[in-house]
Amino acid sequence: MSKAINIIKSTAVPVNIENIDTDQIIPARFLKATSRDGFGKNLFRDWRFQNDDEQQPKQDFVMNNPAYKGRILVGARNFGCGSSREHAAWAIKDAGFDVVVSSFFADIFRNNSLNNFLLPVQVSEAFLQQLFQAVEQDATAEIEVNLEEQTITLLATGARESFDINSYKKTCLLNGYDDIDYLLSMRNDIVAFETARP
Amino acid sequence: MGKTLFDKIWEKHVVRQIDGGPAVLYIDKHFIHEVTSPQAFKGLEKRGLKVFRPQQVVATADHNVPTVQQHLPIKDELSRNQVQQLIDNCKHHDIELYGLGHPFQGIVHVIGPELGVTQPGMTIVCGDSHTSTHGAFGSIAFGIGTSEVEMVMATQCLMQSKPKLMRINVEGTLNKGVVSKDIVLYIIAQLSASGATGYFVEFAGSAIRGLSMEARMTICNMSIEMGARGGMIAPDDITFDYIKGRLFAPGVAQWERKLAAWKELYTDADAVFDREITIAAADIEPMITYGTNPGMGMGVSGHIPAEHEIEAKEKPSFLKSLDYMGLKPGTVIKGRKVDYVFIGSCTNSRIEDLRLVASFVKGRKKADGVEVWIVPGSKQVEKQAIAEGIDKIFEEAGFQLRQPGCSACLAMNEDKIPAGKYCISTSNRNFEGRQGPSARTLLASPLTAAVAAITGEVGDVREFL
Ligand code: SF4
Repeated sequence: MSKAINIIKSTAVPVNIENIDTDQIIPARFLKATSRDGFGKNLFRDWRFQNDDEQQPKQDFVMNNPAYKGRILVGARNFGCGSSREHAAWAIKDAGFDVVVSSFFADIFRNNSLNNFLLPVQVSEAFLQQLFQAVEQDATAEIEVNLEEQTITLLATGARESFDINSYKKTCLLNGYDDIDYLLSMRNDIVAFETARP
Repeated sequence: MGKTLFDKIWEKHVVRQIDGGPAVLYIDKHFIHEVTSPQAFKGLEKRGLKVFRPQQVVATADHNVPTVQQHLPIKDELSRNQVQQLIDNCKHHDIELYGLGHPFQGIVHVIGPELGVTQPGMTIVCGDSHTSTHGAFGSIAFGIGTSEVEMVMATQCLMQSKPKLMRINVEGTLNKGVVSKDIVLYIIAQLSASGATGYFVEFAGSAIRGLSMEARMTICNMSIEMGARGGMIAPDDITFDYIKGRLFAPGVAQWERKLAAWKELYTDADAVFDREITIAAADIEPMITYGTNPGMGMGVSGHIPAEHEIEAKEKPSFLKSLDYMGLKPGTVIKGRKVDYVFIGSCTNSRIEDLRLVASFVKGRKKADGVEVWIVPGSKQVEKQAIAEGIDKIFEEAGFQLRQPGCSACLAMNEDKIPAGKYCISTSNRNFEGRQGPSARTLLASPLTAAVAAITGEVGDVREFL
């Protein structure tokens, strides 16, 4: 499932709501599966459907507007707060997104995303507002995220901002490495550490 | 420069520091449960690995389990399957499981401390954000995602960047009717639901030092609700007395040596935090939340902010939240009718919480039209409550004493609050749909919940004392 990412050029889906918690991203009643797949269809479930009924989509929710699609999800401040459920990152990835943009991410969500090759891009509040404005006005507005250069660009206006990512994680994402491989390669050191403890 | 409590524990657990990257951190204890572990076990098996240090893993079934008739097979097929997978996985990997029917079964953050597994100076993780609870013992404890669960299973280590450090001092004496839940709801209301993101928080000050272990756990439990990575409190005699004699506590032969090490676990006087806040205990009232994140809290007699009191850019989410809650800006919440009272969850389901509720309820009866669920945190809490006759008090009051589990805290099992109904809950999250689709949650202390159970409405416990 996991694969390297670098340049993502795409239209975006704007969810202009603050404090989107992981219970909204994927409600607890959908956490009963024992595999990592198939969570995408329940992404933002309670915002998408009336009374949990797929026949009754809530028309005002952006994901029910066919004009909006793409690999970039734009959320408002404090995205991913709440529970540690990695299912939130799986659901977003499974729904076809490779990037989540916000002006602020909750810590566990950020880690979970990185571990699933879903790139969290944190931008300034001002830049975020520009993105929302552009995308809400024109669903075909494209955004380019360049991981190598650590930049995000609103192609229509050329507005650009750089974002931070820890250099180790960047290498992992660019190359498709995961932490477990790294840790496994250290098993001897870990055993030595255990033995040396008082 | 001196060291913080956090630094002292962190440094002892770094196996390797990666240049420009995270540290490889050694994990002492790993708690697992049925919801966030199956994919990790699958990942492990795909790599052809067994759990590296099974004796450092403790498992229980809590999130998904029914709270009535636990001896019967679980009705919901998906839940039953998930619990069965945990049983199979634990067996295959030689992990101790306190599953349904076991005398130690319960909410993962309740059983760790009560069994003496949780100890000062440890690093503790679990695929659950409220792992921060264990920080009450002076440990570094935090929630992780499933990929990280797999990492710890495979190597007993995690890749972690060192967080920033914040200290929150609560000084002075608490008002009558104010308990630890109110302290933490007050702090979150001050800081907001994201005010501590990026930080690990140490709680200190005379009001914190005066608290029991149960009360300290309630505070550390909810540190995640202000965005913090975790919360912790330096261990002291109250901590050591709590641990001594518990099943997995150090035995007599080791006790003195352990105790000497634990006594070194405090923040040095000249240590510096990235951020420090001091709160006067006297300012804290019994608290209640009115919105859909735990930062939207206020004194129970206060009024919901009026529209003009909210910053323009916050207004859309504020109004959306109140709309969900069926509440109006600028109004008072006291006196509002409630439909359900839920006393449970890893925040407030310990024996001390049940005792507190019982002491208030004794000789009283629940109001008509209110449904009251008491869900103990563990089999041991349940047993203790029965031994003390607390079950009788609840029964006479018309409350339902259920069996242990997460229950209506996240409504993954049958225990759901119906759409549109109001529930006063001692749990930790009031997110939209958390207690069931369209359910409306008001977070409060066990005392404030008990008042609602008796009167059928939101009330101020101070009027009853
Ligand atoms: S009681 Fe609630 S918060 Fe605690 S572990 Fe269970 S679901 Fe999570």
